Amino acid sequence: MEPVTFLEAIRQALFEEMDRDPAVICIGEDISVYGGAFKVTAGLLERFGWERVIDTPISETAIIGAACGMSYLGLRPVVELQFVDFIACCFNQLTNFVAKSNYRWGAPVPMVVRAPSGGGVHGGPFHSGNPEMYFMHTPGLKIVYPSTPYDAKGLMKAAIRDNNPVLFFEHKFLYRRIKEALPAEDYVVPLGQAMVRRKGSDLTIVSYAAMAHTSLEAAAELAKEGIEAEVIDLRTLVPLDQETIVNSVKKTNKILIVHEDTRTGGIAGEIAAILNEQAFEHLDGPITRVTALDTPVPYSPPLEERFLPQLADIVRAARDLARF
Amino acid sequence: MFPKNTLRPAWPPPMHNTAKNNGRAKVTASPALTREQHLDLYFFMALNRAVEEAMVRLFRQNKIVGGLYSSLGQEAVSVGTAYALEKRDWMAPMIRNIGSLLVKGVPPRDIFTQHMARYTSPTKGKDGTSHFGDLKNLHIVSPISMLGDLIPVMTGVAMAGRYLGQKIVAMTWIGDGGSSTGAFHEGLNLAAVQRAPLVLVLENNQWAYSTPVSRQVPLRDLADRARAYGVHSAIVDGNDVAAVYQTAKAAVDRCRAGQGPVLIEAKTMRMRGHAQHDPAEYVPQGMFEYWKARDPIERCEKFLTANKLWDAKTKSEIHARIDGLIKADLEFAENSPLPPPELAEQGVYCEGPLCLEPRWERPIAEVTPPGCSVQAAWKVSDPGSIEAGQAMPGAPLAKFTRMEKTPAAPRSPAKGSTKKIAARSKGRR
Repeated sequence: MEPVTFLEAIRQALFEEMDRDPAVICIGEDISVYGGAFKVTAGLLERFGWERVIDTPISETAIIGAACGMSYLGLRPVVELQFVDFIACCFNQLTNFVAKSNYRWGAPVPMVVRAPSGGGVHGGPFHSGNPEMYFMHTPGLKIVYPSTPYDAKGLMKAAIRDNNPVLFFEHKFLYRRIKEALPAEDYVVPLGQAMVRRKGSDLTIVSYAAMAHTSLEAAAELAKEGIEAEVIDLRTLVPLDQETIVNSVKKTNKILIVHEDTRTGGIAGEIAAILNEQAFEHLDGPITRVTALDTPVPYSPPLEERFLPQLADIVRAARDLARF
Repeated sequence: MFPKNTLRPAWPPPMHNTAKNNGRAKVTASPALTREQHLDLYFFMALNRAVEEAMVRLFRQNKIVGGLYSSLGQEAVSVGTAYALEKRDWMAPMIRNIGSLLVKGVPPRDIFTQHMARYTSPTKGKDGTSHFGDLKNLHIVSPISMLGDLIPVMTGVAMAGRYLGQKIVAMTWIGDGGSSTGAFHEGLNLAAVQRAPLVLVLENNQWAYSTPVSRQVPLRDLADRARAYGVHSAIVDGNDVAAVYQTAKAAVDRCRAGQGPVLIEAKTMRMRGHAQHDPAEYVPQGMFEYWKARDPIERCEKFLTANKLWDAKTKSEIHARIDGLIKADLEFAENSPLPPPELAEQGVYCEGPLCLEPRWERPIAEVTPPGCSVQAAWKVSDPGSIEAGQAMPGAPLAKFTRMEKTPAAPRSPAKGSTKKIAARSKGRR
């Protein structure tokens, strides 16, 4: 099989799911003739037509609302938000209408919200965000944040087939930078299962999305110094695979959490709380985190570089932690 | 003192805002109502009021755990509009549209149990008031407290119905206050650009909590908001149930015929405060009297009598029926248990199968390749007018070839299918 990019993997998942199920439709801004701001939906219109690939006005609230209404009639809409930063414009529709629907009145909302996200591409304060924690704090939504083409495709298929609203974060930095050969046959990656990307015994590094790659690089560096890090890629933030994290910590007794999201209220804090509850007696060192700064994402390259966790930051933190 | 400012809204607010169509195209009058229809409308309005009177008693007995929102004086809007819907149609009420729920087939017991937070309520106590729905049978979408959100949602319902070939109409309501939310404008614009079969009833009850319309919108007619979106609109006297029904029926018919959304402004008056706790002392003297004299139920009674559509016996039969319904359902609600505490932990996610599978009422081949395949290009009919392109014979198909397993769709759509798509996309624009 030809290796395909992260972006192409998502595109394949959309094509194959739309082929498989006529209830799957795509809706968003500039997704039809133009094929989406990043060309993830390129070619969908030609194959599936105007009724299934719907361009909308610049109205994020209306897009999410309409997708929700469609799901009530049994459709499975896949929404494209042009950038995840614009999710703030439909915050109410997502958190109050969509997320609470099944709990309040038993009306499931099977929809996927695709959202190009993340920094490292000099997008500035409004095109680089990682707002996943707003939604992790919203019961009723599922959150997927893949790091490889294989996972992106398999998780997208699982998300489309899931009967719940799924926020599908697509890290822009990964779109065209990584390639992987994918299986020819249909496959899904189930939601809620983390992946141990590298085995190790000295400490655990937990991360996801682009930072999973940086964490793996850090682990390779650390190995040269004789520190064996186990690297866990969360893949899905909700449901969170607590078991894999806890089991790893029980083995390595040390944990470093790395995320590109800002520090305060980031997922590292939540994982620390979970470990306090479930693995307190297994910890031999402080729960450590390497995160972005508590600032908006700055535009200029040196500023953004300072903002984002760097390879050296992870290596340094891991080295310090390993000494305990 | 405010500086003299012509833009400042009139204060005190006008006592009444007449329901003239003010330059709008006349709503095509539906045929006159039958006696049964008149009596039906009366029945539902009287039932609406009786249900709410019963709830006021429950509220005073402390049996309603949350707030209680009255639609006193607005029954004709709720009832007359929903009465224009068919069983297959979808609706999403607002908090005061108890009458719409009753017309669509919700029994009073569901409204009582909802307000009393009982386990037997449609939401099993998870939400209150009119915040419930029924996807399977009654086709009701539950409202939420954030106003305007239902408009894009019901636009989506309307679009999905059209996609599935169901020929349904979606109806929802908004108040004068809610018509200033972003969701209202985004939703109405999306409905307009999609020509979605959506009837939006703008219930102008003069007050958004304590703020009069004149302080919310510098327009005499809120229906004017529809014009900005190219949406067909009508204004109706919201206290004349037959007129409301006829206007709504014309709107529903127009939607079903594929002519795009309709906004109906129904002028009425909220005869109570925002909720039970609010004595509405901010309403200027005389305003309640003005509207009391135009009470929709009394008006309907006078109409029925004047036109000899009923007699004292019919009236007492209707009221006996209502009393019986209320009594039985109240008893049911009062005897219902509160939910078990552990229910609080359940149902955040849908674990089981979907409760609604898509119901296809058109050939699926129309929306699956090659039947749905088109050339990815905007069609320019004349400069400045661009529309969705359409399938063209011989046009190259999608470049995307998935895997060897699934070859690109063959480029020979069955004769007729191209035409059908062309006709469809023509019909939609």
